[in-house]
Amino acid sequence: MKKLINEIDDVVKEQLEGMAVAHPDVLKVHFDPNYVYRADAPVEGKVAIVSGGGSGHEPMHGGFVGMGMLDGACPGEVFTSPTPDQMYECAKAVNSGAGVLFIVKNYTGDVMNFEMAAEMAHADGIKVQNILIDDDVAVKDSLYTAGRRGVGVTVLAEKIVGAAAEAGYDLDQCADLCRKVNTYGKSMGMAITSCIVPAAGKPTFDLPDDEMEIGIGIHGEPGQVREKMATADEITERMAKEILTDGAYAREVREFDRDSGDWVTVDVIDPVFEEGDKIIAFVNSMGGTPVSELYAVYRKLDEVCKDFGVEIVRNLIGPYITSLEMQGMSITLLKADDEILKFWDAPVKTPGLRWGV
Amino acid sequence: MTVSKNQIVQWLEKTADVLGKNKEYLTELDAAIGDADHGINMDRGFRKVMEKLPSVADKDIGNILKTTGMTLISSVGGAAGPLYGTFYMRSGMAVAAKEELDNDDVLNMLQSGVDGIVQRGRAQIDDKTMFDAWAPALAALEASLGNGDDLVPALGNAVAAAEQGMKDTIPLQAKKGRASYLGERSIGHQDPGATSSYLILNALLEVIES
Repeated sequence: MKKLINEIDDVVKEQLEGMAVAHPDVLKVHFDPNYVYRADAPVEGKVAIVSGGGSGHEPMHGGFVGMGMLDGACPGEVFTSPTPDQMYECAKAVNSGAGVLFIVKNYTGDVMNFEMAAEMAHADGIKVQNILIDDDVAVKDSLYTAGRRGVGVTVLAEKIVGAAAEAGYDLDQCADLCRKVNTYGKSMGMAITSCIVPAAGKPTFDLPDDEMEIGIGIHGEPGQVREKMATADEITERMAKEILTDGAYAREVREFDRDSGDWVTVDVIDPVFEEGDKIIAFVNSMGGTPVSELYAVYRKLDEVCKDFGVEIVRNLIGPYITSLEMQGMSITLLKADDEILKFWDAPVKTPGLRWGV
Repeated sequence: MTVSKNQIVQWLEKTADVLGKNKEYLTELDAAIGDADHGINMDRGFRKVMEKLPSVADKDIGNILKTTGMTLISSVGGAAGPLYGTFYMRSGMAVAAKEELDNDDVLNMLQSGVDGIVQRGRAQIDDKTMFDAWAPALAALEASLGNGDDLVPALGNAVAAAEQGMKDTIPLQAKKGRASYLGERSIGHQDPGATSSYLILNALLEVIES
């Protein structure tokens, strides 16, 4: 294994230390428990947006801390959910009194750790809500699985809801917007190599030179299916069509009821993509794929969208939600209404995304 | 027979030892149908428990187990952290203030822990999870004790049932956790959580029968 690291056990700590010295104008890093938070937190009168997840997906989530996006981000060990004490301490640090929205990627570990954190925050009198992101169309149903994974839409939700919080949305309004963005967005990913978790020292799976994994998540786990390698056009067309033709996905999620202090089941249904829809298109590198290849993908994606009758009005192209050095890419399409576009265009100042400032 | 506080401490020490020795094995199982971190996470968590143990080894059994649970919650991460953390915390609550455990206490301790796992993770039988090792183990323990067996043979039956339950996860298609994303590709692989559960219960048997 060749990586730019020092001791394996210090990987996460040293990366956080690097972020702290690189971006002191925007963020601070707290250790034991670990979390990244806005340098100017808590921001008076504003709902705090907090997310988190395993390390290894940078810039998500720590690189999205700053004005117009996240107030706090909790990094776990590589590809491992962070623990409730991290989210609880982070919530206390960034809560202005207006409450905290936890944006939670739908992985079993993330969901449980964030649930325990919400319970702890609530017990401390902090207003809190958890909204799940579950946008990955490669998982077909939720009855016999842990449900769709939270992937590319996470980045878009953090930006859009972060801007809404900045504009003064209260906790319930932020939660509603986050739920909407989650239902309006769908993603799919593929890999042409695996990745190497430092503590494991070797690739998580072996992928022969002439094969690819379709329908991957972001933790180096095997995907939905393994096939012979195809061209960029073939892969892009197949994934884009699967996203665009995905049905009205229905599932139950758990959200927090502040009055009872308990979890309640909520029915959530996605709308489908329709002709005339305006789209934010996000073509993402899994880390190892060069940006140049993403542009070849985007070229075909644009064509497929036009054929389907939807109009790409904004795009994001680059490595934003990665899996260490994995070569591969994911496509996310978000149906955009005026509210979503307004908050997408709003200024943001973070290490990972910066415009309008 | 009664289980002493010292034996509970030894159980935790043996667990840490066994999980350390099986770190690569558990990680390999988790690479096949997960994200290759179960062994690494459990080893890290129990090393933290070992650091904490001396400061609580003279407290009551409930306290020792609750501290173990809280330590795991804040150090393991993933799904295993909340699940095992809740297991030890609920086991601890069931035997609060006790300095030694009789047969009923042992059953109550383990059952409460497993009830916690189910409440937190909402797994059912045959979802291909740790519950597929714990459920038959607890059923065997309860039946055995109910038949008048002593604790050592009763736990022996429980461990055998856990081992069988662990192996029985191999042909199952995962319905929970990261393995569930693989659909049919999860078939033919042993569940890592069921494996660590078997190792944990077996560690208890080894301490009590020695």
